[in-house]
Amino acid sequence: MAFFIASSPHEHNRSKTSALMRLVIMATIPGIFAQWYFFGWGNLIHIGIAITCALITEFIVLSLRNKPLNKYLLDGSAILTAILLGISIPALAPWWITVIGSIFAILVVKQLYGGLGHNAFNPAMAAYVLLLVSFPVQMTNWQPPLSLLPIDLDFNNALSTIFTGFTLEGYSVEQLRTHIDGFTMATPLDTLKTNLTLGLTLDEIHRAMPMVFGENFALGWEWVNAGFLLGGVFLLIKRAIHWSIPVSFLGSMLIFSFIAYSFNPDLNPPTMFHWLAGGTMLGAFFILTDPVTCATSVKGRLIFGALAGFLVILIRNIGGYPDAIAFSVLLCNMAAPLIDQYTIPRAYGQGTSKNTEELK
Amino acid sequence: MTDQTSSEYKELAWQGLWKNNPGLVQLLGLCPLLAVTSTVTNALGLGLATLLVLVSSNATVSFIRLWVPKEIRIPIFVLIIAAFVTCVQLLMNAFTYGLYQSLGIFLPLIVTNCVIIGRAEAYASKNPIKQASFDGLMMGTGFMLVLLILGVIRELLGQGTLFDGADLLLGDWAASLRIEVFHFDSKFLLAILPPGAFFAMGFIIAAKNAIDSKIAARKPKVENKTIERVRVNFDAQ
Repeated sequence: MAFFIASSPHEHNRSKTSALMRLVIMATIPGIFAQWYFFGWGNLIHIGIAITCALITEFIVLSLRNKPLNKYLLDGSAILTAILLGISIPALAPWWITVIGSIFAILVVKQLYGGLGHNAFNPAMAAYVLLLVSFPVQMTNWQPPLSLLPIDLDFNNALSTIFTGFTLEGYSVEQLRTHIDGFTMATPLDTLKTNLTLGLTLDEIHRAMPMVFGENFALGWEWVNAGFLLGGVFLLIKRAIHWSIPVSFLGSMLIFSFIAYSFNPDLNPPTMFHWLAGGTMLGAFFILTDPVTCATSVKGRLIFGALAGFLVILIRNIGGYPDAIAFSVLLCNMAAPLIDQYTIPRAYGQGTSKNTEELK
Repeated sequence: MTDQTSSEYKELAWQGLWKNNPGLVQLLGLCPLLAVTSTVTNALGLGLATLLVLVSSNATVSFIRLWVPKEIRIPIFVLIIAAFVTCVQLLMNAFTYGLYQSLGIFLPLIVTNCVIIGRAEAYASKNPIKQASFDGLMMGTGFMLVLLILGVIRELLGQGTLFDGADLLLGDWAASLRIEVFHFDSKFLLAILPPGAFFAMGFIIAAKNAIDSKIAARKPKVENKTIERVRVNFDAQ
Protein backbone atom coordinates (compact mmCIF):
# COMPACT_ATOMS: atom_id res chain seq x y z
CA MET A 1 0.00 0.00 0.00
CA ALA A 2 1.55 3.26 -1.07
CA PHE A 3 0.85 6.55 0.63
CA PHE A 4 0.96 9.64 -1.45
CA ILE A 5 2.64 12.31 0.61
CA ALA A 6 2.06 15.90 -0.50
CA SER A 7 3.44 18.98 1.13
CA SER A 8 1.14 21.54 2.76
CA PRO A 9 -1.23 23.28 2.22
CA HIS A 10 -3.55 20.31 2.38
CA GLU A 11 -6.79 22.19 2.13
CA HIS A 12 -7.65 24.37 -0.84
CA ASN A 13 -10.58 26.72 -1.00
CA ARG A 14 -10.78 26.27 -4.77
CA SER A 15 -11.39 29.94 -5.43
CA LYS A 16 -9.77 31.50 -8.42
CA THR A 17 -8.96 35.15 -8.98
CA SER A 18 -11.43 35.30 -11.83
CA ALA A 19 -14.30 33.91 -9.69
CA LEU A 20 -13.66 36.50 -6.98
CA MET A 21 -13.43 39.31 -9.52
CA ARG A 22 -16.67 38.17 -11.16
CA LEU A 23 -18.40 38.27 -7.81
CA VAL A 24 -17.14 41.79 -7.04
CA ILE A 25 -18.15 42.98 -10.51
CA MET A 26 -21.63 41.57 -9.96
CA ALA A 27 -21.83 43.34 -6.62
CA THR A 28 -21.29 46.73 -8.25
CA ILE A 29 -24.52 46.35 -10.25
CA PRO A 30 -26.96 47.90 -7.70
CA GLY A 31 -24.75 50.97 -7.28
CA ILE A 32 -24.26 51.37 -11.02
CA PHE A 33 -28.01 51.00 -11.49
CA ALA A 34 -28.62 53.81 -8.99
CA GLN A 35 -26.04 55.94 -10.82
CA TRP A 36 -27.78 55.25 -14.12
CA TYR A 37 -31.16 56.13 -12.57
CA PHE A 38 -30.01 59.45 -11.11
CA PHE A 39 -27.22 60.56 -13.44
CA GLY A 40 -28.07 58.99 -16.77
CA TRP A 41 -26.00 56.96 -19.20
CA GLY A 42 -22.75 58.86 -18.69
CA ASN A 43 -21.11 56.48 -16.22
CA LEU A 44 -22.06 53.40 -18.24
CA ILE A 45 -20.42 54.94 -21.32
CA HIS A 46 -17.32 55.77 -19.27
CA ILE A 47 -17.21 52.22 -17.90
CA GLY A 48 -17.36 50.93 -21.48
CA ILE A 49 -14.51 53.17 -22.61
CA ALA A 50 -12.46 52.26 -19.54
CA ILE A 51 -12.89 48.51 -20.01
CA THR A 52 -11.88 48.75 -23.67
CA CYS A 53 -8.77 50.81 -22.94
CA ALA A 54 -7.78 48.75 -19.91
CA LEU A 55 -8.01 45.46 -21.81
CA ILE A 56 -6.06 46.82 -24.79
CA THR A 57 -3.33 48.18 -22.49
CA GLU A 58 -3.22 44.95 -20.51
CA PHE A 59 -2.95 42.97 -23.75
CA ILE A 60 -0.06 45.08 -25.05
CA VAL A 61 1.89 45.01 -21.77
CA LEU A 62 1.35 41.29 -21.22
CA SER A 63 2.57 40.49 -24.71
CA LEU A 64 5.62 42.71 -24.15
CA ARG A 65 6.35 40.88 -20.90
CA ASN A 66 5.83 37.46 -22.51
CA LYS A 67 3.17 36.48 -19.98
CA PRO A 68 0.45 33.89 -20.70
CA LEU A 69 -2.34 36.00 -22.16
CA ASN A 70 -5.48 34.05 -21.36
CA LYS A 71 -4.47 33.50 -17.76
CA TYR A 72 -3.91 37.15 -16.91
CA LEU A 73 -5.98 39.06 -19.46
CA LEU A 74 -9.27 37.42 -18.60
CA ASP A 75 -8.84 37.13 -14.83
CA GLY A 76 -11.19 40.09 -14.48
CA SER A 77 -8.86 42.30 -12.47
CA ALA A 78 -8.36 44.79 -15.30
CA ILE A 79 -12.10 44.86 -15.94
CA LEU A 80 -12.80 45.50 -12.26
CA THR A 81 -10.24 48.32 -12.16
CA ALA A 82 -11.86 49.84 -15.24
CA ILE A 83 -15.35 49.56 -13.75
CA LEU A 84 -14.28 51.23 -10.49
CA LEU A 85 -12.60 54.02 -12.44
CA GLY A 86 -15.64 54.48 -14.70
CA ILE A 87 -17.89 54.71 -11.64
CA SER A 88 -15.76 57.45 -10.07
CA ILE A 89 -15.36 59.65 -13.12
CA PRO A 90 -17.97 62.44 -13.50
CA ALA A 91 -20.77 61.23 -15.76
CA LEU A 92 -20.31 63.87 -18.45
CA ALA A 93 -16.51 64.19 -18.36
CA PRO A 94 -14.83 64.14 -21.80
CA TRP A 95 -13.83 60.72 -23.20
CA TRP A 96 -10.07 61.28 -23.10
CA ILE A 97 -10.19 61.59 -19.29
CA THR A 98 -11.18 57.93 -19.06
CA VAL A 99 -8.68 56.89 -21.71
CA ILE A 100 -5.75 58.54 -19.90
CA GLY A 101 -6.97 57.25 -16.55
CA SER A 102 -7.38 53.61 -17.52
CA ILE A 103 -4.09 53.48 -19.43
CA PHE A 104 -2.29 54.97 -16.42
CA ALA A 105 -4.03 52.58 -14.02
CA ILE A 106 -3.05 49.46 -15.93
CA LEU A 107 0.31 50.48 -17.39
CA VAL A 108 1.96 52.41 -14.58
CA VAL A 109 0.16 51.54 -11.36
CA LYS A 110 -0.41 47.84 -12.04
CA GLN A 111 1.98 46.42 -14.64
CA LEU A 112 5.10 48.50 -13.99
CA TYR A 113 5.01 47.31 -10.39
CA GLY A 114 4.85 43.70 -11.61
CA GLY A 115 1.19 42.99 -12.32
CA LEU A 116 -1.69 41.84 -10.16
CA GLY A 117 -0.54 41.02 -6.63
CA HIS A 118 2.49 43.29 -6.77
CA ASN A 119 0.90 46.70 -7.07
CA ALA A 120 1.44 48.91 -4.03
CA PHE A 121 -1.51 51.17 -4.80
CA ASN A 122 -5.08 50.58 -5.83
CA PRO A 123 -4.90 51.16 -9.62
CA ALA A 124 -8.35 52.72 -9.98
CA MET A 125 -7.82 55.19 -7.16
CA ALA A 126 -4.28 56.10 -8.21
CA ALA A 127 -5.61 56.84 -11.68
CA TYR A 128 -8.47 58.85 -10.18
CA VAL A 129 -6.00 60.96 -8.18
CA LEU A 130 -3.83 61.47 -11.27
CA LEU A 131 -6.87 62.75 -13.15
CA LEU A 132 -8.12 64.89 -10.29
CA VAL A 133 -4.73 66.53 -9.81
CA SER A 134 -4.12 67.00 -13.54
CA PHE A 135 -7.56 68.04 -14.77
CA PRO A 136 -9.38 69.65 -11.84
CA VAL A 137 -11.94 71.38 -14.06
CA GLN A 138 -13.13 68.28 -15.92
CA MET A 139 -12.97 66.07 -12.84
CA THR A 140 -15.20 68.24 -10.68
CA ASN A 141 -18.03 68.94 -13.10
CA TRP A 142 -20.48 66.32 -11.89
CA GLN A 143 -23.85 67.25 -13.25
CA PRO A 144 -26.77 67.38 -10.76
CA PRO A 145 -29.26 64.47 -10.78
CA LEU A 146 -31.48 64.16 -13.86
CA SER A 147 -34.54 65.51 -12.05
CA LEU A 148 -32.84 68.91 -11.72
CA LEU A 149 -31.64 69.11 -15.34
CA PRO A 150 -33.32 71.52 -17.74
CA ILE A 151 -33.23 68.97 -20.59
CA ASP A 152 -33.86 65.29 -21.02
CA LEU A 153 -30.43 63.66 -20.92
CA ASP A 154 -30.95 60.43 -22.84
CA PHE A 155 -28.32 58.01 -24.14
CA ASN A 156 -27.59 59.92 -27.34
CA ASN A 157 -27.26 63.20 -25.48
CA ALA A 158 -24.88 61.70 -22.93
CA LEU A 159 -22.82 60.08 -25.70
CA SER A 160 -22.60 63.33 -27.63
CA THR A 161 -21.64 65.30 -24.51
CA ILE A 162 -18.86 62.89 -23.62
CA PHE A 163 -17.39 62.88 -27.13
CA THR A 164 -17.97 66.47 -28.26
CA GLY A 165 -18.60 68.43 -25.08
CA PHE A 166 -22.10 69.44 -26.15
CA THR A 167 -25.51 67.78 -26.13
CA LEU A 168 -27.34 67.27 -29.43
CA GLU A 169 -29.20 70.54 -28.81
CA GLY A 170 -25.91 72.33 -28.22
CA TYR A 171 -25.90 72.70 -24.43
CA SER A 172 -22.49 72.56 -22.78
CA VAL A 173 -21.90 70.78 -19.47
CA GLU A 174 -21.65 74.15 -17.77
CA GLN A 175 -25.11 75.10 -19.04
CA LEU A 176 -26.52 71.78 -17.90
CA ARG A 177 -25.23 72.46 -14.42
CA THR A 178 -26.73 75.93 -14.23
CA HIS A 179 -29.85 76.12 -12.12
CA ILE A 180 -32.89 78.05 -13.25
CA ASP A 181 -31.90 80.72 -10.71
CA GLY A 182 -28.55 81.15 -12.41
CA PHE A 183 -26.08 79.46 -10.09
CA THR A 184 -24.01 76.38 -10.86
CA MET A 185 -25.10 73.17 -9.19
CA ALA A 186 -22.42 70.75 -8.02
CA THR A 187 -22.33 67.60 -5.92
CA PRO A 188 -23.50 68.04 -2.33
CA LEU A 189 -19.94 67.65 -1.01
CA ASP A 190 -18.61 70.19 -3.51
CA THR A 191 -21.41 72.65 -2.76
CA LEU A 192 -20.69 72.33 0.91
CA LYS A 193 -16.94 72.82 0.53
CA THR A 194 -17.27 75.84 -1.78
CA ASN A 195 -19.78 77.61 0.43
CA LEU A 196 -18.05 76.81 3.69
CA THR A 197 -14.94 78.50 2.34
CA LEU A 198 -17.13 81.51 1.54
CA GLY A 199 -18.01 81.72 5.23
CA LEU A 200 -21.55 80.30 5.22
CA THR A 201 -22.77 77.85 7.85
CA LEU A 202 -24.33 74.48 7.06
CA ASP A 203 -27.79 75.77 7.86
CA GLU A 204 -27.42 78.74 5.53
CA ILE A 205 -26.17 76.51 2.72
CA HIS A 206 -29.11 74.15 3.10
CA ARG A 207 -31.51 77.08 2.99
CA ALA A 208 -29.81 78.71 -0.01
CA MET A 209 -29.67 75.56 -2.18
CA PRO A 210 -32.18 73.05 -0.89
CA MET A 211 -32.43 71.34 -4.29
CA VAL A 212 -28.82 70.08 -4.22
CA PHE A 213 -29.33 68.27 -0.95
CA GLY A 214 -32.88 67.05 -1.57
CA GLU A 215 -35.23 65.99 1.18
CA ASN A 216 -32.91 63.65 3.02
CA PHE A 217 -29.14 63.96 2.95
CA ALA A 218 -27.77 64.25 -0.56
CA LEU A 219 -30.16 64.01 -3.51
CA GLY A 220 -29.31 61.05 -5.73
CA TRP A 221 -26.04 60.28 -3.97
CA GLU A 222 -27.76 58.70 -0.99
CA TRP A 223 -29.28 56.09 -3.32
CA VAL A 224 -26.01 55.51 -5.15
CA ASN A 225 -24.34 54.91 -1.79
CA ALA A 226 -27.23 52.69 -0.70
CA GLY A 227 -26.72 50.67 -3.88
CA PHE A 228 -23.05 50.13 -3.16
CA LEU A 229 -23.91 49.29 0.45
CA LEU A 230 -26.29 46.61 -0.84
CA GLY A 231 -23.56 45.23 -3.11
CA GLY A 232 -21.14 45.33 -0.20
CA VAL A 233 -23.48 43.37 2.04
CA PHE A 234 -23.83 40.81 -0.77
CA LEU A 235 -20.03 40.48 -0.85
CA LEU A 236 -19.94 40.06 2.94
CA ILE A 237 -22.57 37.32 2.79
CA LYS A 238 -20.67 35.59 -0.01
CA ARG A 239 -17.50 35.95 2.11
CA ALA A 240 -15.69 37.62 -0.76
CA ILE A 241 -14.48 40.37 1.57
CA HIS A 242 -13.79 40.42 5.28
CA TRP A 243 -16.01 42.47 7.57
CA SER A 244 -13.09 44.15 9.33
CA ILE A 245 -12.27 46.94 6.91
CA PRO A 246 -15.80 48.23 6.12
CA VAL A 247 -16.80 48.07 9.80
CA SER A 248 -13.74 49.86 11.11
CA PHE A 249 -13.82 52.39 8.23
CA LEU A 250 -17.47 53.34 8.72
CA GLY A 251 -17.09 53.15 12.50
CA SER A 252 -14.14 55.49 12.54
CA MET A 253 -16.00 57.87 10.21
CA LEU A 254 -18.86 57.77 12.71
CA ILE A 255 -16.61 58.53 15.66
CA PHE A 256 -14.59 61.30 14.05
CA SER A 257 -17.50 62.99 12.31
CA PHE A 258 -19.38 62.87 15.61
CA ILE A 259 -16.45 64.55 17.36
CA ALA A 260 -16.29 67.23 14.67
CA TYR A 261 -20.05 67.69 14.62
CA SER A 262 -20.36 68.06 18.37
CA PHE A 263 -17.39 70.42 18.33
CA ASN A 264 -18.95 72.73 15.75
CA PRO A 265 -22.26 71.71 14.11
CA ASP A 266 -22.31 74.85 11.96
CA LEU A 267 -19.25 73.88 9.93
CA ASN A 268 -19.06 70.07 10.12
CA PRO A 269 -21.77 67.96 8.47
CA PRO A 270 -23.33 65.08 10.44
CA THR A 271 -22.35 61.43 10.10
CA MET A 272 -25.24 60.37 7.87
CA PHE A 273 -24.22 62.96 5.31
CA HIS A 274 -20.64 61.69 5.39
CA TRP A 275 -21.82 58.11 4.98
CA LEU A 276 -24.22 58.79 2.14
CA ALA A 277 -22.44 61.47 0.10
CA GLY A 278 -19.60 61.08 -2.34
CA GLY A 279 -17.90 57.72 -2.70
CA THR A 280 -18.04 56.52 0.90
CA MET A 281 -19.74 53.15 0.39
CA LEU A 282 -17.85 52.42 -2.83
CA GLY A 283 -14.64 53.05 -0.92
CA ALA A 284 -15.67 51.05 2.14
CA PHE A 285 -16.73 47.85 0.37
CA PHE A 286 -15.03 47.84 -3.03
CA ILE A 287 -11.81 49.84 -2.86
CA LEU A 288 -10.34 49.64 0.65
CA THR A 289 -11.01 45.89 0.68
CA ASP A 290 -8.76 45.25 -2.34
CA PRO A 291 -6.81 42.24 -1.01
CA VAL A 292 -3.57 43.27 -2.73
CA THR A 293 -3.20 46.75 -1.28
CA CYS A 294 -4.78 46.48 2.18
CA ALA A 295 -3.27 45.16 5.39
CA THR A 296 -3.33 41.39 5.86
CA SER A 297 -4.21 40.44 9.45
CA VAL A 298 -7.59 41.22 11.03
CA LYS A 299 -6.00 43.52 13.60
CA GLY A 300 -4.06 45.25 10.84
CA ARG A 301 -7.22 45.64 8.76
CA LEU A 302 -9.07 47.22 11.68
CA ILE A 303 -6.28 49.79 12.01
CA PHE A 304 -6.16 50.24 8.23
CA GLY A 305 -9.89 50.97 7.99
CA ALA A 306 -9.88 53.26 11.01
CA LEU A 307 -6.98 55.26 9.59
CA ALA A 308 -8.80 55.62 6.28
CA GLY A 309 -11.98 56.82 8.00
CA PHE A 310 -10.04 59.35 10.03
CA LEU A 311 -8.31 60.69 6.92
CA VAL A 312 -11.60 60.97 5.00
CA ILE A 313 -13.20 63.05 7.74
CA LEU A 314 -10.05 65.13 8.15
CA ILE A 315 -9.72 65.95 4.44
CA ARG A 316 -13.45 66.48 3.87
CA ASN A 317 -13.78 68.83 6.85
CA ILE A 318 -10.46 70.66 6.79
CA GLY A 319 -8.69 69.88 3.49
CA GLY A 320 -9.04 71.63 0.17
CA TYR A 321 -10.78 68.89 -1.83
CA PRO A 322 -14.49 68.13 -1.46
CA ASP A 323 -14.17 64.34 -1.40
CA ALA A 324 -11.32 62.35 0.05
CA ILE A 325 -11.87 58.63 -0.57
CA ALA A 326 -9.17 58.35 -3.24
CA PHE A 327 -6.58 60.34 -1.31
CA SER A 328 -7.10 58.46 1.93
CA VAL A 329 -7.05 55.12 0.11
CA LEU A 330 -3.65 55.96 -1.40
CA LEU A 331 -2.28 57.18 1.94
CA CYS A 332 -3.48 54.00 3.64
CA ASN A 333 -1.99 51.85 0.85
CA MET A 334 1.33 53.48 1.69
CA ALA A 335 0.81 52.75 5.39
CA ALA A 336 -0.25 49.13 4.87
CA PRO A 337 3.24 47.53 4.93
CA LEU A 338 4.06 49.37 8.16
CA ILE A 339 0.75 48.32 9.74
CA ASP A 340 1.50 44.75 8.68
CA GLN A 341 4.89 44.88 10.29
CA TYR A 342 3.46 45.85 13.67
CA THR A 343 0.50 43.48 13.61
CA ILE A 344 2.09 40.16 12.74
CA PRO A 345 -0.13 37.55 14.37
CA ARG A 346 1.61 35.34 16.92
CA ALA A 347 2.36 31.94 15.52
CA TYR A 348 1.37 29.01 17.72
CA GLY A 349 4.24 27.97 19.90
CA GLN A 350 6.06 31.25 19.50
CA GLY A 351 6.02 33.66 22.37
CA THR A 352 5.23 37.32 22.03
CA SER A 353 8.25 39.28 20.94
CA LYS A 354 8.85 40.29 24.56
CA ASN A 355 8.79 36.69 25.74
CA THR A 356 11.14 35.62 23.00
CA GLU A 357 13.60 38.23 24.13
CA GLU A 358 13.45 36.86 27.66
CA LEU A 359 13.87 33.29 26.48
CA LYS A 360 17.04 34.21 24.72
CA MET B 1 52.11 59.24 -23.13
CA THR B 2 49.66 61.28 -25.19
CA ASP B 3 47.77 58.12 -25.92
CA GLN B 4 47.36 57.48 -22.25
CA THR B 5 46.10 60.99 -21.50
CA SER B 6 43.65 60.97 -24.37
CA SER B 7 42.24 57.67 -23.19
CA GLU B 8 42.00 59.14 -19.70
CA TYR B 9 39.96 62.08 -21.02
CA LYS B 10 37.82 59.69 -23.02
CA GLU B 11 37.16 57.71 -19.88
CA LEU B 12 36.26 60.90 -17.97
CA ALA B 13 33.81 61.93 -20.68
CA TRP B 14 32.26 58.46 -20.83
CA GLN B 15 31.88 58.40 -17.05
CA GLY B 16 30.36 61.88 -16.83
CA LEU B 17 28.02 61.70 -19.79
CA TRP B 18 26.75 58.16 -19.59
CA LYS B 19 28.16 55.47 -17.35
CA ASN B 20 28.27 57.41 -14.10
CA ASN B 21 25.89 60.22 -15.04
CA PRO B 22 25.20 62.32 -11.92
CA GLY B 23 21.48 62.58 -12.66
CA LEU B 24 20.66 59.10 -13.92
CA VAL B 25 23.09 56.81 -12.13
CA GLN B 26 24.41 58.59 -9.04
CA LEU B 27 20.97 60.19 -8.53
CA LEU B 28 22.61 63.25 -7.00
CA GLY B 29 21.12 66.71 -6.92
CA LEU B 30 17.61 65.34 -7.35
CA CYS B 31 16.00 68.30 -5.61
CA PRO B 32 16.78 70.91 -8.31
CA LEU B 33 16.55 68.18 -10.96
CA LEU B 34 12.93 67.50 -10.12
CA ALA B 35 11.85 70.93 -8.97
CA VAL B 36 12.88 73.32 -11.72
CA THR B 37 12.59 71.22 -14.87
CA SER B 38 9.02 72.25 -15.62
CA THR B 39 10.22 74.11 -18.74
CA VAL B 40 13.23 73.76 -21.01
CA THR B 41 14.33 77.31 -20.25
CA ASN B 42 14.43 76.76 -16.50
CA ALA B 43 16.26 73.48 -16.99
CA LEU B 44 18.83 75.08 -19.28
CA GLY B 45 19.35 78.01 -16.90
CA LEU B 46 19.94 75.82 -13.87
CA GLY B 47 22.02 73.37 -15.89
CA LEU B 48 24.33 76.14 -17.12
CA ALA B 49 24.66 77.59 -13.62
CA THR B 50 25.53 74.18 -12.16
CA LEU B 51 27.98 73.50 -14.99
CA LEU B 52 29.76 76.79 -14.40
CA VAL B 53 30.02 76.26 -10.65
CA LEU B 54 31.14 72.66 -11.10
CA VAL B 55 33.97 73.49 -13.51
CA SER B 56 35.29 76.42 -11.50
CA SER B 57 35.02 74.72 -8.12
CA ASN B 58 36.72 71.59 -9.45
CA ALA B 59 39.54 73.67 -10.88
CA THR B 60 39.99 75.66 -7.66
CA VAL B 61 39.82 72.62 -5.39
CA SER B 62 42.38 70.86 -7.54
CA PHE B 63 44.59 73.97 -7.56
CA ILE B 64 44.78 74.23 -3.77
CA ARG B 65 44.70 70.50 -3.09
CA LEU B 66 48.28 70.38 -1.84
CA TRP B 67 47.79 73.10 0.79
CA VAL B 68 44.44 72.03 2.23
CA PRO B 69 44.72 70.19 5.56
CA LYS B 70 42.86 66.92 5.34
CA GLU B 71 40.87 67.48 8.54
CA ILE B 72 39.09 70.63 7.43
CA ARG B 73 38.85 70.00 3.68
CA ILE B 74 35.04 69.76 3.54
CA PRO B 75 34.37 73.25 5.03
CA ILE B 76 36.95 74.68 2.64
CA PHE B 77 35.32 72.98 -0.37
CA VAL B 78 31.91 74.28 0.69
CA LEU B 79 33.33 77.76 1.09
CA ILE B 80 34.79 77.65 -2.42
CA ILE B 81 31.54 76.33 -3.91
CA ALA B 82 29.49 78.94 -2.05
CA ALA B 83 31.73 81.71 -3.39
CA PHE B 84 31.19 80.55 -6.98
CA VAL B 85 27.45 80.11 -6.47
CA THR B 86 27.25 83.65 -5.14
CA CYS B 87 29.07 84.88 -8.26
CA VAL B 88 26.68 83.00 -10.54
CA GLN B 89 23.69 84.19 -8.58
CA LEU B 90 24.76 87.84 -8.77
CA LEU B 91 25.49 87.47 -12.49
CA MET B 92 22.08 85.99 -13.15
CA ASN B 93 20.44 88.63 -11.03
CA ALA B 94 22.13 91.27 -13.16
CA PHE B 95 21.70 89.83 -16.66
CA THR B 96 18.80 87.36 -16.64
CA TYR B 97 16.51 88.78 -13.99
CA GLY B 98 13.36 86.96 -15.17
CA LEU B 99 15.05 83.57 -15.03
CA TYR B 100 16.63 84.50 -11.69
CA GLN B 101 13.15 85.02 -10.33
CA SER B 102 11.67 81.85 -11.78
CA LEU B 103 14.54 79.69 -10.46
CA GLY B 104 14.07 81.24 -7.04
CA ILE B 105 15.59 79.37 -4.11
CA PHE B 106 17.07 76.64 -6.30
CA LEU B 107 19.83 78.93 -7.53
CA PRO B 108 21.45 79.51 -4.10
CA LEU B 109 20.70 75.86 -3.31
CA ILE B 110 23.33 74.81 -5.87
CA VAL B 111 25.73 75.11 -2.91
CA THR B 112 24.18 72.03 -1.39
CA ASN B 113 24.05 70.10 -4.67
CA CYS B 114 25.75 66.81 -3.90
CA VAL B 115 27.15 66.48 -7.41
CA ILE B 116 29.49 69.41 -6.84
CA ILE B 117 30.78 68.53 -3.39
CA GLY B 118 30.95 64.90 -4.49
CA ARG B 119 33.18 65.64 -7.47
CA ALA B 120 35.34 67.99 -5.38
CA GLU B 121 35.89 65.31 -2.76
CA ALA B 122 36.10 62.25 -4.99
CA TYR B 123 38.03 63.54 -7.98
CA ALA B 124 39.25 67.13 -7.91
CA SER B 125 41.03 66.92 -4.57
CA LYS B 126 43.23 64.08 -5.88
CA ASN B 127 43.93 65.03 -9.50
CA PRO B 128 45.71 67.82 -11.42
CA ILE B 129 43.84 70.92 -12.58
CA LYS B 130 43.43 69.92 -16.23
CA GLN B 131 41.77 66.60 -15.56
CA ALA B 132 39.74 68.02 -12.68
CA SER B 133 38.29 70.82 -14.81
CA PHE B 134 37.54 68.39 -17.62
CA ASP B 135 35.83 66.08 -15.15
CA GLY B 136 33.74 69.02 -13.93
CA LEU B 137 32.84 69.91 -17.50
CA MET B 138 31.74 66.38 -18.34
CA MET B 139 29.80 65.79 -15.10
CA GLY B 140 28.14 69.19 -15.48
CA THR B 141 27.24 68.49 -19.09
CA GLY B 142 25.81 65.10 -18.15
CA PHE B 143 23.72 66.70 -15.43
CA MET B 144 22.57 69.46 -17.78
CA LEU B 145 21.57 66.95 -20.46
CA VAL B 146 19.37 65.08 -18.00
CA LEU B 147 17.82 68.38 -16.91
CA LEU B 148 17.17 69.27 -20.55
CA ILE B 149 15.56 65.92 -21.39
CA LEU B 150 13.31 66.18 -18.35
CA GLY B 151 12.48 69.77 -19.26
CA VAL B 152 11.56 68.81 -22.83
CA ILE B 153 9.32 65.94 -21.70
CA ARG B 154 7.56 67.94 -19.00
CA GLU B 155 7.08 71.08 -21.06
CA LEU B 156 5.76 69.08 -24.02
CA LEU B 157 3.30 67.12 -21.89
CA GLY B 158 2.35 69.99 -19.65
CA GLN B 159 1.98 72.91 -22.03
CA GLY B 160 2.56 71.53 -25.49
CA THR B 161 5.37 74.05 -26.13
CA LEU B 162 9.15 74.10 -26.28
CA PHE B 163 11.51 76.93 -25.21
CA ASP B 164 8.67 78.91 -23.68
CA GLY B 165 10.23 81.98 -22.09
CA ALA B 166 13.66 81.42 -23.64
CA ASP B 167 14.03 85.20 -23.90
CA LEU B 168 14.43 85.28 -20.10
CA LEU B 169 17.71 83.41 -20.47
CA LEU B 170 19.08 84.28 -23.89
CA GLY B 171 17.87 87.80 -24.54
CA ASP B 172 15.03 89.25 -26.60
CA TRP B 173 15.93 87.54 -29.88
CA ALA B 174 15.18 84.16 -28.28
CA ALA B 175 11.48 84.92 -27.96
CA SER B 176 11.15 83.60 -31.51
CA LEU B 177 12.52 80.22 -30.39
CA ARG B 178 9.21 79.37 -28.76
CA ILE B 179 7.61 76.46 -30.59
CA GLU B 180 4.02 75.47 -30.01
CA VAL B 181 4.08 71.76 -30.79
CA PHE B 182 0.43 71.15 -30.07
CA HIS B 183 -2.33 72.98 -28.34
CA PHE B 184 -4.68 71.71 -25.65
CA ASP B 185 -7.63 73.36 -24.04
CA SER B 186 -6.61 72.03 -20.67
CA LYS B 187 -3.06 71.64 -19.42
CA PHE B 188 -1.86 68.26 -18.23
CA LEU B 189 -1.04 69.66 -14.80
CA LEU B 190 0.62 66.53 -13.47
CA ALA B 191 3.55 66.91 -15.87
CA ILE B 192 4.23 70.38 -14.50
CA LEU B 193 3.79 69.36 -10.85
CA PRO B 194 6.60 67.52 -8.98
CA PRO B 195 5.00 64.03 -9.25
CA GLY B 196 5.25 64.32 -13.02
CA ALA B 197 8.98 64.91 -12.62
CA PHE B 198 9.32 61.69 -10.64
CA PHE B 199 7.38 59.73 -13.28
CA ALA B 200 9.41 61.18 -16.16
CA MET B 201 12.67 60.60 -14.27
CA GLY B 202 11.70 56.98 -13.64
CA PHE B 203 10.98 56.42 -17.31
CA ILE B 204 14.29 58.02 -18.35
CA ILE B 205 16.27 55.84 -15.92
CA ALA B 206 14.39 52.78 -17.19
CA ALA B 207 15.24 53.74 -20.78
CA LYS B 208 18.93 54.11 -19.86
CA ASN B 209 18.96 50.71 -18.18
CA ALA B 210 17.21 49.16 -21.18
CA ILE B 211 19.82 50.63 -23.55
CA ASP B 212 22.64 49.42 -21.27
CA SER B 213 21.31 45.87 -21.13
CA LYS B 214 20.79 45.87 -24.90
CA ILE B 215 24.41 46.93 -25.42
CA ALA B 216 25.57 44.30 -22.95
CA ALA B 217 23.55 41.65 -24.75
CA ARG B 218 25.04 42.60 -28.10
CA LYS B 219 28.64 42.38 -26.91
CA PRO B 220 30.26 39.02 -27.50
CA LYS B 221 30.51 37.21 -24.23
CA VAL B 222 34.00 36.72 -22.92
CA GLU B 223 34.15 33.12 -22.02
CA ASN B 224 36.56 31.98 -19.40
CA LYS B 225 38.68 29.29 -20.84
CA THR B 226 38.53 26.28 -18.68
CA ILE B 227 40.46 23.17 -19.09
CA GLU B 228 38.07 20.47 -19.97
CA ARG B 229 38.81 17.13 -18.62
CA VAL B 230 37.28 14.02 -19.88
CA ARG B 231 35.61 12.31 -17.03
CA VAL B 232 35.47 8.68 -17.31
CA ASN B 233 32.88 7.03 -15.26
CA PHE B 234 33.09 3.35 -15.51
CA ASP B 235 29.94 2.71 -13.57
CA ALA B 236 27.67 4.52 -15.96
CA GLN B 237 26.44 2.39 -18.76
